[in-house]
Amino acid sequence: MAESETGMSAIPVASIEGAIEFIFTPQSSNVTGGKKVGGIDQVIELTLNQLWLTVVALAIALAVALPIGLYLGHRHKWESFAISFGTAGRGIPELILIAFFAAAIGVGFRNVVLALAILGIPPILANAFVGINQVDRSSVDAARGMGMSELEILRKVEIPLAIPTLMGGLRSATIAVVATATIAPYGGYETLGDFIINENVYGENGVLAGAILVALLAVTLELTLAGVQRLLTSPGLKLRPA
Amino acid sequence: MIEPTVLAAAGQVGEDFFKDRDAGSLCQANNANLFCWDWAKNNIDRYEPFFIQHVELVVISVLIGFVAAFGLALLSRRWSWLRVPFLLGTGVLYTIPSVAFFFLLLPFTGRGRDTAIIALSVYTLQIIYRNTILGLDNVPRASIDAARGMGMTDRQILRKVELPLASPEIVTGLIVATVSTVAIATLAALAGGGGLGEVIVGKEKLGLDFKTNLIIAGGLTIALAIVFGLMLMGVQRMLTPWRRARPA
Repeated sequence: MAESETGMSAIPVASIEGAIEFIFTPQSSNVTGGKKVGGIDQVIELTLNQLWLTVVALAIALAVALPIGLYLGHRHKWESFAISFGTAGRGIPELILIAFFAAAIGVGFRNVVLALAILGIPPILANAFVGINQVDRSSVDAARGMGMSELEILRKVEIPLAIPTLMGGLRSATIAVVATATIAPYGGYETLGDFIINENVYGENGVLAGAILVALLAVTLELTLAGVQRLLTSPGLKLRPA
Repeated sequence: MIEPTVLAAAGQVGEDFFKDRDAGSLCQANNANLFCWDWAKNNIDRYEPFFIQHVELVVISVLIGFVAAFGLALLSRRWSWLRVPFLLGTGVLYTIPSVAFFFLLLPFTGRGRDTAIIALSVYTLQIIYRNTILGLDNVPRASIDAARGMGMTDRQILRKVELPLASPEIVTGLIVATVSTVAIATLAALAGGGGLGEVIVGKEKLGLDFKTNLIIAGGLTIALAIVFGLMLMGVQRMLTPWRRARPA
């Protein structure tokens, strides 16, 4: 991108070509004092940051939400709580959550991860409940009649039958968490969203590049989880008539 | 500046139009308290335009998304081979984070409210489409056959039998889509789209790390989500009188 003669006054308009160039080659910036920004090294670093943030947040969300959802589903208890909790969770304004955590508790990886985990909990819990709750009662009775313990029933009968729904919850949570990890820079942790948020540093092409990278990352994660779901789903469940 | 009391006396503005913006500013500067009541009392009116923009963003986006998703559902009901591409297409669009979506539109629509509305409506497609399809699928075959036996045309069956019976699922989709949109619309401010996010990251922001501001903006957003959710649950109840007639 050629620097314009008048300096700051001309705002370069974002273009796909410019964004792709930004991803692979470091660009000069108006505000960093000669230090170049963008380029493949920074892209990889920020992508890994965002991925790591997402994975840790999801692990925490799973650890909290899965046992509760499985337990309630197995006992068929608190149905309306579990389901409305899942819906209500979508109403959490993620930008404000991140900013509030940063302001009230502090900035940094640990606090951002907690905020993101909060977003991941509702869909995982709700889907775990629904998945287990809707397992055919006769299958469960048959397992109980065979002398299985409650834990065995959960592990060998209910969870395998509920895999599609359980994975649906994890996928919803992943979409929410990876999307929100984009605005993690507001919580003091740099992710790909940095390109988007700090336009004065990266320029319009940097913003567009950030958007492209975030979209690619999210779609890649989703496709990976769809693949995992196929592997985990029992062959018997795939034979369902249309 | 004209004396507030003069204007108030002339009946041009109410006395409380002139807020004491300085009240609570010490609390704001320290930002030590979780919530500065004085500041909140004297500045709450500043949220009004952003609140209204937020409501507009949500209502317009969900309406557009609903009409589009409903249309897609009717199309794929007629030509069933469209169902898989529609499901995949809306699914991929749903996967793209909204922040990214706002800025992917940058070279085409620039910044502003239109960009935000496009992204937000696209985001609702998947949920509404999937639930509409699910609802129509779950209509008992026997009800449709009975309607046909009574001499109803396909259009009549759709309007008088299938849509009413599918309405619980359709409205559930609408509830989830609306509640999500209320939350996501706070991000529209990043793309200059207005809404309650403006007070946090917009040009006229009242403080990204000012806790009182975050609590007010967050509270308004969550309250809006709850109000929309309850309203739609009321609609759902109205549309399904037979559910209430059933003994417990």
